[in-house]
Amino acid sequence: MALAAAQTTDTAPVLAVEGVQMRYGDRWALREVSFGVRAGELLAVIGPNGAGKTTLLSILAGTLVPTAGTISRGREQIGWVPQQPALYSKLSVTENLDFFARLQRVDDSASAVQRMLDQTGLSERATSPVGSLSGGNRQRVNIAIGLLADPPVLLLDEPSASLDPRQRELLWEFIGARAKTGTTVVYATHNVIEVERYADRVLVIADGELLWEGTPRALAETAGSGRDFEASFVAFLHSRGH
Amino acid sequence: MRWLLLKDLRILRRSPLLVALLVAYPILIAVLVGFAISSGPSKPKVALVDLVAPGQGNFQIGSATLNAASYESQLNQGISPIRLSTRAQAVQAVQTGRALGALIIPPDIAAKLNSGLERPMVEVIYSAENPLKRSFVQSVIKSELADANAALAAKFGQVALGLINLLETGGNVNLFNVNVNVLGLQRSATILSAALAILPPGSPERGGLQQVLSFARLALDNLNISNQVIGTLSQPIAVHETILRGARGSSDAFAIAVAVTVSLEFICVLLGAGMLALEREENALARLLRGLVRRLELIVEKVLLAAACGGLAGLAMLLGLAAFVGIDWGRAPLWVLALVLAALSFGALGVAIGALARDVRAASLLAFALILPLAVLALIPSGTVSSGVYDVVKVLDAVFPVRPALDGLSATLTNTGDSVVGPLAHLLGLTLVFVALARIGVRRAATRG
Repeated sequence: MALAAAQTTDTAPVLAVEGVQMRYGDRWALREVSFGVRAGELLAVIGPNGAGKTTLLSILAGTLVPTAGTISRGREQIGWVPQQPALYSKLSVTENLDFFARLQRVDDSASAVQRMLDQTGLSERATSPVGSLSGGNRQRVNIAIGLLADPPVLLLDEPSASLDPRQRELLWEFIGARAKTGTTVVYATHNVIEVERYADRVLVIADGELLWEGTPRALAETAGSGRDFEASFVAFLHSRGH
Repeated sequence: MRWLLLKDLRILRRSPLLVALLVAYPILIAVLVGFAISSGPSKPKVALVDLVAPGQGNFQIGSATLNAASYESQLNQGISPIRLSTRAQAVQAVQTGRALGALIIPPDIAAKLNSGLERPMVEVIYSAENPLKRSFVQSVIKSELADANAALAAKFGQVALGLINLLETGGNVNLFNVNVNVLGLQRSATILSAALAILPPGSPERGGLQQVLSFARLALDNLNISNQVIGTLSQPIAVHETILRGARGSSDAFAIAVAVTVSLEFICVLLGAGMLALEREENALARLLRGLVRRLELIVEKVLLAAACGGLAGLAMLLGLAAFVGIDWGRAPLWVLALVLAALSFGALGVAIGALARDVRAASLLAFALILPLAVLALIPSGTVSSGVYDVVKVLDAVFPVRPALDGLSATLTNTGDSVVGPLAHLLGLTLVFVALARIGVRRAATRG
């Protein structure tokens, strides 16, 4: 089920990536990766461990400078949600949101904080220290910080990695709701079920190389019929020598 | 930077136990170290057994009658005596730890001194349970006995000088309760000269008298030199003290400087290291450095936070100690400047350490492992270790801020005559170096996550 399929029309890409390369000494972490994402689209980045998913997201987020290539938007226009919640556990939910809103120079920080509390459903826990929240709620606050400045593009690195199934479902409901309002979401994940269920499009990366780009359904068809999505994905990687 | 500071202060306010411990512990350590250094060792308790029978302590040197008891008081200057009656009691006092050592004055001390041929033997007893303790007691008792010997030698010298004067100028002397009149060389020479003057030129006695007169004059000339020789013998080495750098301040001011320096070191280094490591532990470093805060801004904020907290604690400590110990308030601008620069350099060192560690625990452990040895090394005086080791100590003193902070505070708290500019410039230089190192560490940490 693609949550934001309606938005993936022929509009111009919100984010365009051209020929991005990343090299550490003799090792290529990314080779000539190019793709575009449209408004409201949910783009999943999948691949085996060490494929280059986090490197790609870090370059898009502006925390790593690529060896070559261009990205159409600056980091100030892209919301970034790191894999581990980047929050101060001694501060409350409101204090965390307020602190990052002020650093991001959000015009009306109080309104932005309240909006995020409402959207994440954490108004009742607003004064609770973040350290006392569940993993799911911490991740919500983590994502809310990425959305404080209302960026057109949101990057999520393994957003549901440490969550139980119920928390995961609630998280995807929240992300889906943001995508419906036009926010473009790019996320890296190991969980192929989340790709099949929530992504509009998928990028398959292995050894720093972009192997495939298309819908989850098309990926499953490429690997052969009669298999579930996970088996199709593994078969696809095998067929490409990974 | 304002929001970063407010956020960090809020986090600190939420950790009252940590903050209380961070402030109370170093102050306690610092006060103990400071006063241990400044007060020096107290007089050791030594059991003193005087076996000389009452009325038997007098001895004779020439015509002077001296008493052994008067030299016993010389011994008491450097020790705290516990007077006992027998040797067995003294041994027991040392064994039970009541006394660090014992000094037994033999019953024949006056008789042997009187003889002028035999040296009396004083017995020293001490426990060897601890080599440091043994060494301490040995050196104290040796020093006191040396002083007593010197006083006695001076007395012998005085008596000898009196006898020489008697030979030279003549006079009365009491020998074995008989009053004897000594003619003296000067008067002998005068009489001989007078006798020679009235003898006829060809008199046969003239040659002999002339020889005796020459001898008397030669003896007079040489006795003058012997006065100086005896004076030199009683005190062969005279002492002239010249105080060089760093030793003219009062011990109280030095104790305060040590206490404040150690407190600053603990608070600033631990806080600087902990607060920067916290950003990494909370995974916030990469998020902050993604255009929200500049690296240098983040480092300077942590340095200022650590320096402000440590500096305020140090200032409170200084003002508190000022109630008990005199502080030169006229030099307040100087010692406040020294305090600020020391706090900044310790804060910068802490932040540089924090940039190396992945979490607060590792940063605290690393900081703690560095703080204690650096504090101890900075207090090692020259000449107490081998020159090679002291060269290493000097290098560490130059590379870390403890020694310049101590020198800067010592030189500003009282007018020691030492340069204030040197240590303060040193502190400023170290602050810049540690900020640069922290910047490299933070860049490395941000890219590695």
